[in-house]
Amino acid sequence: MAEPTTGLRETAAQTAGPYVHIGCLPAAAGLGDVYDRPLGAAPMSEGAAGTRIVVTGSIYDGTGWALRDAMLESWQADAAGLYPGQPGADPAVGGFCRFAADAETGLFRLATIKPGRVPMRGGGTQAPHIALWIVARGINIGLATRIYFDDEDNADDPLLARIEQRPRAETLIAQRTGEGTYAFDVRLQGPGETVFLDL
Amino acid sequence: MAEPPAPLLPRDRTAHPVALDPDYKTSVARSPSQPLLSMESTASEETGPRFGHGVIDPLDNDLILNWTGGAAPALGERILVHGRVLDETGRAVPETLIEIWQANAGGRYRHVKDTYFAPLDPNFGGCGRTLTDAEGRYRFLTVRPGAYPWPNRGNDWRPMHIHFSVFGHAFGQRLITQMYFEGDPLIARCPIVATIKDRGQIDRLVAPLDMAMARPMDHLAYRFDIVLRGRRQSWFENRPEGM
Ligand SMILES: [Fe+2]
Repeated sequence: MAEPTTGLRETAAQTAGPYVHIGCLPAAAGLGDVYDRPLGAAPMSEGAAGTRIVVTGSIYDGTGWALRDAMLESWQADAAGLYPGQPGADPAVGGFCRFAADAETGLFRLATIKPGRVPMRGGGTQAPHIALWIVARGINIGLATRIYFDDEDNADDPLLARIEQRPRAETLIAQRTGEGTYAFDVRLQGPGETVFLDL
Repeated sequence: MAEPPAPLLPRDRTAHPVALDPDYKTSVARSPSQPLLSMESTASEETGPRFGHGVIDPLDNDLILNWTGGAAPALGERILVHGRVLDETGRAVPETLIEIWQANAGGRYRHVKDTYFAPLDPNFGGCGRTLTDAEGRYRFLTVRPGAYPWPNRGNDWRPMHIHFSVFGHAFGQRLITQMYFEGDPLIARCPIVATIKDRGQIDRLVAPLDMAMARPMDHLAYRFDIVLRGRRQSWFENRPEGM
């Protein structure tokens, strides 16, 4: 049971709707450069340490149709497994990126660096992963998931280990398709449904 | 190695909308059918992006003027929207980013995909952002957005609303929601509002008119407070003085 609180309840979520880009990715809404400094344009800058990678994919609904209106956000550690703000973290890694499914094809693309293993409270580490948050029309509360990598050692990852139906763990693992490139599709519902997280 | 911050309180899913609601048709194919995987938060959820004052321009929280860079005001009922961001333990969430987006006074969005025939306002863009202050307070100047029709059931209309995106200090606190306006009869008819099954949680999304913050001969005001997930606290932190 949680410790006593002041009894405030979290504000209820509502769908981000079809026009989320206006507020979060104004250029994708057709607003041009409304802000001088858009947020989350890239998760790192030039000098970041680590392997450059590109993850591409689509988000499919329960009928197999790729969402054209989704917005995604990613959050990750640097190549040493440290998050921005933690002592010793790579100052060239912002860690946060925002991107949209393409309005015509539904494809999304994340260009970043491969994160390192992240220490766990009380010992052990998590396999390299990128936290992913997905919002769109028809999604009433943002969906959290993770991108792991098929060329890393995922054997002892505590989150993957909790997935009872072992084949479902595969839905969180990006497949290497070439030098520094990975494919990662999200299935919202039905066969091959992605594991979504409540952490 | 620095000790990561305390775990986030597990999310109370009954405070939120259901994923699947047949009256909101788009949710039918976009809702997971398997349960979420629950686990104690890790550093990946307990840390999050921070945005400094350096990224925010002075007009970013003034939607009446920001689209024209101050040259001409937007059409519509001028309002101040303000409130506080707290977490579940009642602590203020300072210096956190809030972004908003909304339709113009006629119910039209400035978005390539919005084809409603209500006209665009040449002086209104419809997005803004700000950081909360040290006490978690924020404010926006804007115009009251119009209601608009949307393709769902035969004749569904969205109540007047402003979309809110809030970061908190942890990626696991991330929240997108919508603020409604006291007295709008369309709230009770909206299938998106109705995805929230707890009446009290709906009421908290409805901002009351706040005449104390209205400015005579200028603008009305509405108050909207936001609560984000809290962190687990040690018993010692919570212990009242002297115990
Ligand atoms: Fe809307």
